[in-house]
Amino acid sequence: MIETKELTARDFSSDQEVKWCPGCGDYAILKAVQKAMPMVGKQREDVVFVSGIGCSSRFPYYMDTYGFHGIHGRAPALASGVKLANPDLSVWQITGDGDALAIGGNHFIHAIRRNMGLNILLFNNRIYGLTKGQFSPTTDLGHKTKSSPQGVIDNPFHPGELILGAQGTFFARAVDINPRHMTDIVVEAEKHEGTAVIEILQNCIIFNDKVFSEFTSKEHKDDALLYLKHGEPMIFGKEGNKGLRLNGLDIEVVTIGENGVTEDDIIVHDAHKVNPTMHFMLVRLEYPMVLGVIRSIEQEPFEQRLTKQVKMVEEKSPFKSMDDLLQSGETWEIK
Amino acid sequence: MSVEKQELEKVVIKFAGDSGDGMQLTGMQFTGTSALLGNDIATFPDYPAEIRAPQGTVAGVSGFQVHIGHTQVLTPGDHADVLVAMNAAALKANLNYVSVGKTIILDTDNFRKRDWEKAGFDADPLSSGVLDNYSVIEAPITSLTKTALKDMGMDNKSVVRSKNMFALGMVYWMFSRPMTHTEKFLNDKFGKKAPIVAEANIKAMKAGYNYAETIEALSSAFTILPADLEPGVYKNVMGNQATAWGFLAAAEKAGLELFLGSYPITPASEILHEIAAYKHFGAKAFQAEDEIAGVVSAIGASFAGNLAITTTSGPGLALKTEGIGLAVITELPLVIVDVQRGGPSTGLPTKTEQSDLLQALYGRNGESPVIVIAASSPANCFDYAFEASKLALEHMTPVILLTDGYLGNGSQPWKIRTMDELPSITPKFVPDNLKEDWLPYMRDKDSLSRYWGIPGQKEFIHRIGGLEKDELTGNVSYDPVNHEHMVKTRAEKVRRVANYIPDLTVDGAQEGDLLVVGWGGTYGSLLTAINQCGCERDVEVGLAHFNYINPLPKNTAEVFSKFKKIIVCELNDGQFIHVLNSNVPQFKYERYNKIQGLPFTVNELHDAFNKILSED
Repeated sequence: MIETKELTARDFSSDQEVKWCPGCGDYAILKAVQKAMPMVGKQREDVVFVSGIGCSSRFPYYMDTYGFHGIHGRAPALASGVKLANPDLSVWQITGDGDALAIGGNHFIHAIRRNMGLNILLFNNRIYGLTKGQFSPTTDLGHKTKSSPQGVIDNPFHPGELILGAQGTFFARAVDINPRHMTDIVVEAEKHEGTAVIEILQNCIIFNDKVFSEFTSKEHKDDALLYLKHGEPMIFGKEGNKGLRLNGLDIEVVTIGENGVTEDDIIVHDAHKVNPTMHFMLVRLEYPMVLGVIRSIEQEPFEQRLTKQVKMVEEKSPFKSMDDLLQSGETWEIK
Repeated sequence: MSVEKQELEKVVIKFAGDSGDGMQLTGMQFTGTSALLGNDIATFPDYPAEIRAPQGTVAGVSGFQVHIGHTQVLTPGDHADVLVAMNAAALKANLNYVSVGKTIILDTDNFRKRDWEKAGFDADPLSSGVLDNYSVIEAPITSLTKTALKDMGMDNKSVVRSKNMFALGMVYWMFSRPMTHTEKFLNDKFGKKAPIVAEANIKAMKAGYNYAETIEALSSAFTILPADLEPGVYKNVMGNQATAWGFLAAAEKAGLELFLGSYPITPASEILHEIAAYKHFGAKAFQAEDEIAGVVSAIGASFAGNLAITTTSGPGLALKTEGIGLAVITELPLVIVDVQRGGPSTGLPTKTEQSDLLQALYGRNGESPVIVIAASSPANCFDYAFEASKLALEHMTPVILLTDGYLGNGSQPWKIRTMDELPSITPKFVPDNLKEDWLPYMRDKDSLSRYWGIPGQKEFIHRIGGLEKDELTGNVSYDPVNHEHMVKTRAEKVRRVANYIPDLTVDGAQEGDLLVVGWGGTYGSLLTAINQCGCERDVEVGLAHFNYINPLPKNTAEVFSKFKKIIVCELNDGQFIHVLNSNVPQFKYERYNKIQGLPFTVNELHDAFNKILSED
């Protein structure tokens, strides 16, 4: 631990020139993650960044840790192999909305279901950037892109719903305009045992500029973003007087001090609740946009279950060595 | 009349019935018992793709063929000397594969009119004359089993389920086999959980044994004396099991943990099952969500320092294509096993074929060479799984190991190895003298393989990926000259593996009239065919059987040049001949191909050899 304190964000920055477009939201994410790394408390050689294909997937080249830039959509499988080969490694997967939710959808949900110790950073800019501007599985209905000149007619995914539906044990949301908050969330994700997914709302300045501006622009962000904290009421707004209240099976926005609403009416966030119903409601919420750790529950991760099985077989198996196995079963001797 | 025991050199027995009749188990019991008596053995299970195909139909017939011998046995045999047919459909499906004059045991309880009609006979086979040329034993096996078990207090369904053991008992008597092996098996399997099941099965088997003796099922009972195998301790192994054990042994030898990323597929799944059982040997069997995740998780594990493998069959290899390309460009050790089956597409899942050779060699985007090797017997699947691991780890490249359904499901006595006898495996870790100046794509001068820096090691922090690499740093490079250099280097690295593999050897005549060329799982059939061919005719015939396909052994052309004619025999439409035509083009190749989902028969090979020998 003494050594890790000496590491700084700069130690995690590789000698490779960063090649994202000027003004891309990815720069802020890279800085926030590099800043989080010393706080995570791992040596550089024990950290592996794995990715698929897409703008975000160039990320591992820019981290001075072990890195593997894989193939489109397959990073969860690559990361799973790394983690199982050496569970002591801190394994991070960088992915985008196309990589994770379209071509890699199957790997993504199964990685989450298994709950291996992986940290998945999902950069969601609601567009394909590297292939130059086609719609992605999170692009809004009706949005015009190069491959949807008359507007998108596919229904979009809410990534959070997919993650909760796949039995996710940790889901958080961050936004590229607030790297300090993102750094905190990244550190939280690494502390979580099991698969931690962070959806990062990220602006693509070239193909989908201002896609989140109704939440992130200077004039809107204070009223449109709600930073969740476990155990605290869901209060937001420039004046700090808006909150979320449960009305039947819906969440509604109310103003404290109006119509008899008091702070006691506001929902208190429970990220640790196993029943995901409230978490589903929060990830679906269109206004305000909920940020922070939405869900974080304890569950024995895959690699620990595996270790237990190894111990169990060790105790029970009659074969203690390969030679035992080779000699096992019915044998006969020819003289 | 007393029964004499007659000694036989070899016998082929086929057990056939509905896919729910337990024929695989029956055949395996007969095999196990015969192995313990020291016979040489080859087996071949033949079962439908459906778990329970329609009862009583030819499509639903499941068979198990076993060839046992006092002399060397190389194949499961072309034709059966004894067919046990548990119903009319089993007879219909197998009648053409019983040698004329040989024995057929029928369960007459399943030869009612509706049974033989369902099986597709035009008339009652018991009286129509189709069995005139065979020695037929008509036994009401089902009703005799019922009678034998009537006091057990079991329901009818459970009672009838024991009829396979009655049939096994009959065959045990006919071939003078003791029942102790199967008794022990049944007691071990059911003794604790369901002692009544064990008891009923043993009772049915003994009833069958006694029945055969009483009716004097054959004019003489036969015995097959132990075979003259090389001295040593043996056990019976199936090809897929041997493959799994070869990998376990290779991992231990290399001092690495074994990682298998796999998705279930017929006929390869047994390798996954087998490795999943030995977690405490440091073996991790990861059942992935699909074939792609199977190979890609293995690549991740390889990056992180495991001996990484993935197992599949043809359609799965197609899905793994992109992943294998990633292992080619990242130059990581990886073994891909393809237990081939009939294709294209879903094809013939339970039938054997050698039609993935070109897919293994060429089925990737870009210039993407890999090592391709093939096992040639159920037992040597162990050796080639071990060898594939050794080549991958010592040359830092993917290796495709081809076996097939016939090898994977077939079984054979295997001379047990000890870990000490196996060759060493030296993974390409970064040598100490390079630690200071190491770069990710520095190469060993002889083999051209790069060195393996592994996460967790302080000195070797680096990034790799699927984009083209700079020749030393491994950083992304779009430089045109560098790309060409890297393509040629990766190809040369695989080509140089020829310096590390054994020469091609020839069985039979070392020079002469005809060289039979084969590869992979057809070795037993081809060797039997040339052995017999050499005896019958005054011609010199040799067999060059390839286990190493890319690269080819260095002496290939030299071997070929010693024969007047060359015939390439394959269970596909001519894939290896294509490889030979492009790599060793100076020879003229004749071909014999079979694409029926079945192994070669010795007879058809003889016909093919004779035809070519008689041509000028």
